Amino acid sequence: MSDVATDTPRAQDPSRGEYTTINMGPSHPAMHGTVRIRLQLDGETIQDADIEIGFLHRGFEKMAEAGTWSQVIPYTDRLNYVSPLINNVGYVGAVEKLLGIDVPLRCQYVRVFVSEVARIADHLTAIGAQALELGAYTPFLWALQAREELYFLIEFITGARVTSCYTRVGGLRWDLPEGWQDRYLAAEKVVQKCQADMDALLTRNRIFIDRMADVGTIGPQDAVAYGFTGPCLRASGVDYDVRKNLPYLVYDRLDFDVPIGTKGDNLDRYLVRMEEMRQSMRLCQQVIRDIPEGPVNVDDWRVVLPPKDAVYNTIEGMIAHFEIIMKGIPVPAGEAYYAVEGGNGEVGFYVVSDGSGFPYRVHCRPPCFAIMQGLKDMIVGGLVADVIPTFDGINMIGGEIDR
Amino acid sequence: MAETLAHVRERFPQYVLDVASPLGDDTIVLHREGIVPVLAFLRDEMGFTLPLDVTAVDRLAMAPGKPAHRTPPLHPMLHTQTVPALGVVDGHRFEVVYHLRRMADGALVRLKVPVREDDCAVPTATGVFKGFDWFEREVYDMFGVRFEGHPNLRRILNYPEFVGHPLRKDYPRRGHQPLLDMPGIQRDAVPGRDDTGRGR
Repeated sequence: MSDVATDTPRAQDPSRGEYTTINMGPSHPAMHGTVRIRLQLDGETIQDADIEIGFLHRGFEKMAEAGTWSQVIPYTDRLNYVSPLINNVGYVGAVEKLLGIDVPLRCQYVRVFVSEVARIADHLTAIGAQALELGAYTPFLWALQAREELYFLIEFITGARVTSCYTRVGGLRWDLPEGWQDRYLAAEKVVQKCQADMDALLTRNRIFIDRMADVGTIGPQDAVAYGFTGPCLRASGVDYDVRKNLPYLVYDRLDFDVPIGTKGDNLDRYLVRMEEMRQSMRLCQQVIRDIPEGPVNVDDWRVVLPPKDAVYNTIEGMIAHFEIIMKGIPVPAGEAYYAVEGGNGEVGFYVVSDGSGFPYRVHCRPPCFAIMQGLKDMIVGGLVADVIPTFDGINMIGGEIDR
Repeated sequence: MAETLAHVRERFPQYVLDVASPLGDDTIVLHREGIVPVLAFLRDEMGFTLPLDVTAVDRLAMAPGKPAHRTPPLHPMLHTQTVPALGVVDGHRFEVVYHLRRMADGALVRLKVPVREDDCAVPTATGVFKGFDWFEREVYDMFGVRFEGHPNLRRILNYPEFVGHPLRKDYPRRGHQPLLDMPGIQRDAVPGRDDTGRGR
C-alpha cells in the first residue's frame, strides 16, 4: 500500500526519489466540496492518489427503513439532485416489481418523458461545469440558462424545480398538466440553441481539445472491470445502455441511438454527452407523438391513494386512504433489483420486504460510486491540472455517491 | 436465464446451497468459500463481466413468522415468487449480496452469502472484480462484515472515528454521532459510545 493511503505524513523514500503530498479538496472549488483527493506528486506528475468520499453521507438507506414505502420517494430526489426524476422512476420501479404490478401505458410514457428531460438537464450541467472549470465561463452560463428552462418545465409538471417527488408506487402524483407539449417544445428550442452555441464554442476549440483529448483515458477492459456504466462506459467504446440492453418502461417502442466513443478520454465523454442530449430530445418528441390517453395510476386502492372525492364521501375510500397512510402499501415479502439508466449510468435499487408496509432494506446502487473508484487510474501519471477536467468528466454527484 | 443457475449448480455442488429465480432475478445462495471461484466462473465462462453491486442485509429484525406471511400477493397470477426463509437462520444474521450483469442480453445474477454474526467474514472478491473494492468497503463500514484479504479495508462513507455499523438493525435509528460536540442536542444512545451519543 502506498504511504498516501496509510496516512504517513510524507513520503521520502530514497529509492523512489522525493515526493510531495498535497490535499485537493474537500474545500476545493473543483471538488464540489464533497471529495478529498490526497495526491502524491513528483514535480507536477501524479504518482499516487487516495480518493476519500463520504462528506455528504446522510444515511439514505437507514432513513428509508424508518417510513413506509411511499415515504422513501422524497429521499430519492436527493440522490442525484441534478436528475432527481430518474431516481424517482427507479425506486418506484423496484417496488412495483416486488408488487408484481404494471403501471398503465400512459404512465410509462410520462415516466420516459420526465426521465429524458432530467437527462438533458444532467448532461447540460456536466458539460457546462466541465467547460467552466477549464476557464470557459460563457458556455457554463448558457448551459445553466438552458437548464433553467428545463427546470421551469419540471416545475410546471411536478410543482418543484429539483425536489420533484413526482412518481408514486403504481403511478404518478398527477398526470401531465394541460399544455405540457408546448412548454416542452419552447424549452427544447432554448436547449437546441444553447447546444449549438456550445458546440460552436467548444467542440473545435483548440484550447478545449488540448485539455480534453487523451486526458483521463480508460480502456474498455478497465472500465468494465471497475463497474463503469453510462456515458463514461460508452465513451470507452462499450455498447451498454440499460435503455437498450434491458429495456424498461416503453424504451423498446421508441427509436433512439446510443453514441459510443473510441478512446475513453475526456473528449469522448464530452462528445457522448452532447449526442445523448440530442437523442433524449428525439425520445421526447416521440413521446409527444405517441403518448396514449388514459389513466396514469393503477386501479387498485391498496396501492394508489383513492381520489379525494371517494375519501371524503365513501367509507371504502376513507379506509383505503387510512390504510396506505398509516400502514403503508402491503408489499409481499421478497427482494428485487431494478435498474434504470440515470444521467451517470445504471441506477439500481435493491429492495427487500418482510411483507409489511415498511421497507426492510432499500439499497441504491449509485453509478458514480463505481466510476469514482476508477478515477485513480485515470489521473495517476498525468498532471495535477488534468485532475480537473477528468473529475468533471465523470460528473460525480455528491448526493448520489455518498447517499 | 435458468441455464446459468443449472451450470453453476452442476459445476459447484459443494458450494451452492440453493438456487431460485424470484421475479426473474436469478439468485444463487452460496457457501462463503465458494464466492471467489463462482464469481470467476460467472465472469470467464458465463459472460457476466460487469460487476454491479455488493451490499448486505441484516436479518435480525426479520423475526420468523412475524409480519411476513400476513400479506397475500396482490396479483397471484403475476407473482410467482416463493417467500424466502425469514429471520436469522442458524446464526446466519447477515447476507452479503452480489449483483453481476451480462451486458450482451442484460441478464442479471445475484449471489447471496449467509454470514454468521460470531464469524463475520467473507473472502474478498476484489481479486476477481476490482470494481468491488469500494463496495466491499461500504459493506464493512455499514454492517461490519470483514472481507478477508481486501487490500484496503477502511471505512468509506463514515469517518474513521465512527463507532459501530449504522445499517445493522440494532443500531439506533436516530443514533447520530457528530465528530464534533454539539451542545444541547440530545441523541439516542449508540452502543459503544456514552449515553448521550455525543462526541468525545
